[in-house]
Amino acid sequence: MTTHTTMTTPSVRPRQITDAPRRRRGRSAYPYWFYLPAAVIYTVLFLVPTVASFFFSFTRWSLFDFTFIGLDNFVQFFKEPALIKGLVNTFIYGVVTSGLKVVLGMLLGVLLTSQIIARGFLRSVLFFPVLLSSIGVGMVFTVLMDPNNGLINDALALFGIDGPKWLTDPAWALMSVALVDVWKGVGLATVIYIAGIVSIPAEYFEAAKVDGASSFKSFWNITLPLARPATATVIILSLIGGLRSFDLIWAMTKGGPGFTSDVIASVIYKQYQAGFYGLSTAGNVVLFLIVTAIVVPLSMFLNRKEVEQ
Amino acid sequence: MTAIKRYAAGILAIGVSLIVFVVPLLFMVLTALKDRREASKLEFTWPTQIHFWENFQEVVSKRNFMLVTAFINSTILTVVSVAVLVVLAAMVAWVLQRRKSRWSGVVNFLILSGLIIPPAVVPTIWVLQSLGLFKTLPGLILIEVAFGLSFCVMLFRAFIAGIPKELDEAAVIDGCGPVRLFFRVIFPLLRSVMVTVIVVQSVAVFNDFQHPLYFLPGDANATVQLTLFNFQSQFATSYNLLFMNILLITIPPLIMYMFFNRQIVAGMTAGAVKG
Repeated sequence: MTTHTTMTTPSVRPRQITDAPRRRRGRSAYPYWFYLPAAVIYTVLFLVPTVASFFFSFTRWSLFDFTFIGLDNFVQFFKEPALIKGLVNTFIYGVVTSGLKVVLGMLLGVLLTSQIIARGFLRSVLFFPVLLSSIGVGMVFTVLMDPNNGLINDALALFGIDGPKWLTDPAWALMSVALVDVWKGVGLATVIYIAGIVSIPAEYFEAAKVDGASSFKSFWNITLPLARPATATVIILSLIGGLRSFDLIWAMTKGGPGFTSDVIASVIYKQYQAGFYGLSTAGNVVLFLIVTAIVVPLSMFLNRKEVEQ
Repeated sequence: MTAIKRYAAGILAIGVSLIVFVVPLLFMVLTALKDRREASKLEFTWPTQIHFWENFQEVVSKRNFMLVTAFINSTILTVVSVAVLVVLAAMVAWVLQRRKSRWSGVVNFLILSGLIIPPAVVPTIWVLQSLGLFKTLPGLILIEVAFGLSFCVMLFRAFIAGIPKELDEAAVIDGCGPVRLFFRVIFPLLRSVMVTVIVVQSVAVFNDFQHPLYFLPGDANATVQLTLFNFQSQFATSYNLLFMNILLITIPPLIMYMFFNRQIVAGMTAGAVKG
């Protein structure tokens, strides 16, 4: 799409612009040097490090000098149990958080666009956690999830449920953090769905009603397919966020107990702290490759379907 | 939907949202008001005595008024980086939207990369260090600008597409150069999207934990999110102080939300409809 427009327009547009001001013939009103300040900052602090990361991931590195060690860092990444765990957890965390956000966000979006009372209140309450600091939220929930006298297990005990040990149980630690991530982020998914659902023409729903469709049927056949751009946005946004997630995990478990809730982002930080700069950078490269390999094809797929409709 | 159903669903939803979303926040506020012994019970009860002022003083003065330093640092960081971001991103977005050429493809690609690629940590430190900007506030400001550019350019570009091009042409015919055209004619028209960008980015930068952690270490340089962390081990048993600290650093985003609710939602949902 973008390449198409860039291929065809340049022969037409710039001439129109440059023709208008006679005094400045040959100069565009839209000078390229407007790109310059942003381009310098972006190149120096984002592009250069990104490219350099590929080089330094093949080295043992102390910031001042480096020895080339080939693929050793990557081999270590796929061999050491702690690091593999981080890799697997990154996938799990990304998929679980983004899946839950899609499902809950869509249901809440439908609920909050229907005719129930107190929509404004519910919307504000739901969205507010998005603006809280992840670290603050993480610390509050660490207390709430305290296995012995935390509020959550106390509440579950009222219903006779013996709550899990949450953050201290290796089997539950990552899921607990993922649930808090969903708690914090579902408001954003919901408002994205609300925007998507509101933009569906009301005639469709009216026509379906006249034809006698149940509310479930009109959800399944109208809302779900036509809210597809919203679904695509929620999936892509929460995957990008989820795969590189660091703040919440660091605030709640620091990757523990042991390394059972480590993700790549926390491994990167731990290796950096330990002074293994090469290994840490290799982690960055792995994360880069994973995010790109998942997000780029997925977003192409989600957006192509949309054009075909 | 019948009236009864509407009310039933609404009341149910309110009840659930109160339990799931309001109780944790209320718990935080109540604990922040308790004294140390009462707070350590982790109970969801009204404090027997309100200790707001004592807790407040203790949190603020702890570790040589670190929280005050952090608030100053965070304010400078947020204000300067967002101001720079707004100007630079608007300039890029304007040229990008108006002048289609072979560069547009490259710039669009770079914007998408900026949204997707996780920044490489140690190489960035390496670059900052060779520029003499590592562990300095200006360094972190530039980092926040670099990492925030893509998102801001996208928001501006979508908005600029709605400004008629005839306006530019009229200004050019009247003898406006590019700089005057942009800063005098276009920039003021961007006000509504600018509010969105400013609010969303301020909250993001203020709440940022990871970048200050990496690029601005050291107690003297602490930003608000980091103070929270430094306090954790120290206050291992005094939850009242920890929660008071969380409460204090939540206030700026809360104020932003109360005043700019609509713009925040608009900025964060941009692209949801168009895809």
